[in-house]
Amino acid sequence: MSAEPTPSQTVGPYFSLGLLGRTADELVPGGVRITGRVLDGAGEPVPDAMVEIWQADEDGRYRADFGWGRSGCDEKGRYSFVTRKPGPVAGQAPHVTVMVFARGLLKPVLTRMYFPDEAEANAADPVLAAVDAASTLVAQVAGNGLEFDIRLQGDGETVFFAV
Amino acid sequence: MLETVRDGEGPHPPYLYPDYRSTQLRAPKRPLLLLPHTLSELTGPVYGDESVCELDHDLTRQHEGEPLGERIIVTGRVTDSARHPVRSTLIEIWQSNAAGRYRHEVDRHPAPIDPNFTGAGRCLTDDDGRYRFVTIKPGAYPWRNHPNAWRPAHIHLSLFGRAFTNRLVTQMYFPGDPLFEFDPIFQSVRDAKARSRLVCDFELEQTVPEWALGYRFDIVLGGPAETPMEA
Repeated sequence: MSAEPTPSQTVGPYFSLGLLGRTADELVPGGVRITGRVLDGAGEPVPDAMVEIWQADEDGRYRADFGWGRSGCDEKGRYSFVTRKPGPVAGQAPHVTVMVFARGLLKPVLTRMYFPDEAEANAADPVLAAVDAASTLVAQVAGNGLEFDIRLQGDGETVFFAV
Repeated sequence: MLETVRDGEGPHPPYLYPDYRSTQLRAPKRPLLLLPHTLSELTGPVYGDESVCELDHDLTRQHEGEPLGERIIVTGRVTDSARHPVRSTLIEIWQSNAAGRYRHEVDRHPAPIDPNFTGAGRCLTDDDGRYRFVTIKPGAYPWRNHPNAWRPAHIHLSLFGRAFTNRLVTQMYFPGDPLFEFDPIFQSVRDAKARSRLVCDFELEQTVPEWALGYRFDIVLGGPAETPMEA
């Protein structure tokens, strides 16, 4: 007989105590900076959010020793990672899996970030092709890095996934 | 188009649970889209012994003196839904002290801070999926969700599992807490049986004579990954 999963509960307001004690936002020194804001349904920043990412390496391989990161958000709701652009993964355009945890989220939201310099691969990506607000999943160029805002609710709401 | 999923089906709470006020502006309104299970969904980070230090699992030995409160042991087994152990998975916990105060700048509850208690710990599961923490029983505390709102005593737990998309953050509660029926975070899990899986069991077998009460909290990780990742 299969066992029923343990239900999710919010991280609450004090998660930094247990989850942000060690920094994990720089996956590769000197790599590309990916930053952005987490915004609520009123367009206000969510300062008590935490963003985690999971990605393949530049060859499109998922590895045991690379590819996970975690960043808290500042008072403007901004998170930041320094990482390496992943290669294409098994017929998919390069992408980063993104999860957001926050007070007020009873379970995390799951999304994907794609890269703006991959127009051709993005056009052929099976997930991007199958969502109607694909633009919410593609980061924008900002200075030397990339900007990827995550809108939890309302105008321009990011596409979120279930697995 | 990808298949859509109705929010709130299954064991997890919905995003929108209006009684928990902070969900109102943070819950996504668009339907969730069901992702195909590619390598991106089936893989996740792997942790080894280097991720934890010897005393990380013992929250009562992180300072010069001993923290105040009721010393407890929290232990259990992490499995997948086929009841196979989830080995070497990282568990991170955080909690209030015995007086219901978090060591966190945002916490304004006028209860004492315990200089000998931080309230954060971590450990890896063993080959049988078992974990064990030594800590202090956390206190209940007020919050501002509604008039006279109090959170039942709880410990926050974060788990990785075999795939990143199996990530689980939850809260473990203690048996028989009179605050359960008034707490919208606990009640956001609509199914009573599912809610009961958030409550640990007192176990005399885990209790160490003359030293600490033992509580058992088994954790089941759902999600798509059923087999360990190939190296």
